[in-house]
Amino acid sequence: MSAPVIPLESLRVSRAKAAPSACGGCGPSAEADSLPPEIWAKVKDHPCYAEGAHAFFARMHVAVAPACNIQCNYCNRKYDCANESRPGVVSERLTPEAAAAKVVAVARAVPELAVVGIAGPGDAVYDWARTKTTFALVRERLPELTLCLSSNGLAMLEHVDDIAELGIGHVTLTINAIDPAIGAQIYPWIFHQHRRWTGEDAARILLARQVAALEALVARDILVKVNSVLIPGVNDQHLPAVNAFVKAKGAFLHNVMPLISAPEHGTAFGLQGVRGPTAQELAAVQDACGGGARLMRHCRQCRADAIGLLGADRPPDFAGEPETADAPFDHQAREDYRCWVEVERADREAAAAEAALATRTVAAPALKIAVCTKGGGRVNQHFGQATELTIVEVDQAGVRRVGHRRIDNHCVGCTGTEAQLDAAIAVLTDVPIVLCAKIGPVPRRALEAAGLIIIEDDTAPYVETAAAQIYRDHLAGRDAATG
Amino acid sequence: MAYKIITSQCTGCGACEFECPNAAIAFKRDTFVVNPKLCNECVGHFDLPQCNEVCPVPKTCVPDPAHPAGGDD
Repeated sequence: MSAPVIPLESLRVSRAKAAPSACGGCGPSAEADSLPPEIWAKVKDHPCYAEGAHAFFARMHVAVAPACNIQCNYCNRKYDCANESRPGVVSERLTPEAAAAKVVAVARAVPELAVVGIAGPGDAVYDWARTKTTFALVRERLPELTLCLSSNGLAMLEHVDDIAELGIGHVTLTINAIDPAIGAQIYPWIFHQHRRWTGEDAARILLARQVAALEALVARDILVKVNSVLIPGVNDQHLPAVNAFVKAKGAFLHNVMPLISAPEHGTAFGLQGVRGPTAQELAAVQDACGGGARLMRHCRQCRADAIGLLGADRPPDFAGEPETADAPFDHQAREDYRCWVEVERADREAAAAEAALATRTVAAPALKIAVCTKGGGRVNQHFGQATELTIVEVDQAGVRRVGHRRIDNHCVGCTGTEAQLDAAIAVLTDVPIVLCAKIGPVPRRALEAAGLIIIEDDTAPYVETAAAQIYRDHLAGRDAATG
Repeated sequence: MAYKIITSQCTGCGACEFECPNAAIAFKRDTFVVNPKLCNECVGHFDLPQCNEVCPVPKTCVPDPAHPAGGDD
């Protein structure tokens, strides 16, 4: 059997001695406190909806939906690089039956698996029969899994009752514009009512259908996340208006994601030279949206066949052990894992609260820190193995995650260490400190030459604890320098 | 005239198979193909051939000169 997503033992260094029987409620949590209890119960184990869940629970996408009913200028599904991570890209296509078997096989090997989603590579609702059959099979075999769905919304309205009936509690709609003039720059065409529509007509129909779907989902108490792709020069100024609009319509979460664009992707935007936003531009738009719908800042823009913890994907060909019809399914490992997570999460919350107390007395400006973590909310990754850096901000109010920045140029296998270093330096212009479990001498020199401060800690502390300590030390250092 | 699919450009998404009112399109040997005996360019169903309307790649679902009659002719 393959190793779990992250070696569980490496995570089990709780300060509290975790006993599986100690499975109680979570401790106090800022994320939990901000939500009504019935909503928190729905999102707490979903890595995309609850920021605190993504360190512990894995998701998998099954690629049963190859066909799409719209064309987006940022999408080209023709080319697939196994090292690429962007929506719409997938290495294999599955029948509903094969997809359900794969889910069971992965659940067997990965007790962290909590969510099964269908997100393409085309539109998950367009060819609804395939998606519906897949969900029904998964529901029958592993009823405890959370089901979720991602769609452009054009064909969704007719299937909202089905979605509610299947118990799909989380739906993502991609809404990039609420102004048809802007939408027309993003969608060259849509296919609706047996014909192709272009220009503002297409954008107008798409928007009307998306809004109707959003309202129908909200009316059925389904949590809706709205994804918007930030396209510099097209909708960057427009997204705060989108945010206010979807919030007013009842969206639970708004996820502003950066355009991924390069000529070699063969997308219209890539070929036209429309670039993706810098990490700083993305953060600025996310901040400008701050007052509206809740913002998701930990999105990893998964492939349509992604498996694993966010930010720590399994190889795309991972399929667990081959399924046999009569193989017994051991639910105990999954139960044990969930109980352990309950305890670990409470412990982590306590550590975060302690960290917040520790920073309260420090009168220093906010400090950003880039952290290497592979899960569990701990500093536990070697810099050289990091494909992304988690960015936290520390000030008197405590430690907050404000995002993550990729340093693999979206294509790990095609670039070497130097490219990773260049990418890291480029995305950290506004972040002065890198915190990791270990770092090699060559990258350390390169990062230090770029003016970054490197801090190593191989004891796997909680991110909050380590960040608060750095904040206090940083201030002490400043005082020593000025005093 | 029946339609055909230019295999080298086809992404294999299957939207054409889903839309074809004549069930003339099927997945065979790693690609989608049009059965010229069943294709009638959607005459009597829709104004325009659905495979070409929905195909994400331009000029991939095209009239097939080898089957000028198409349909039952």
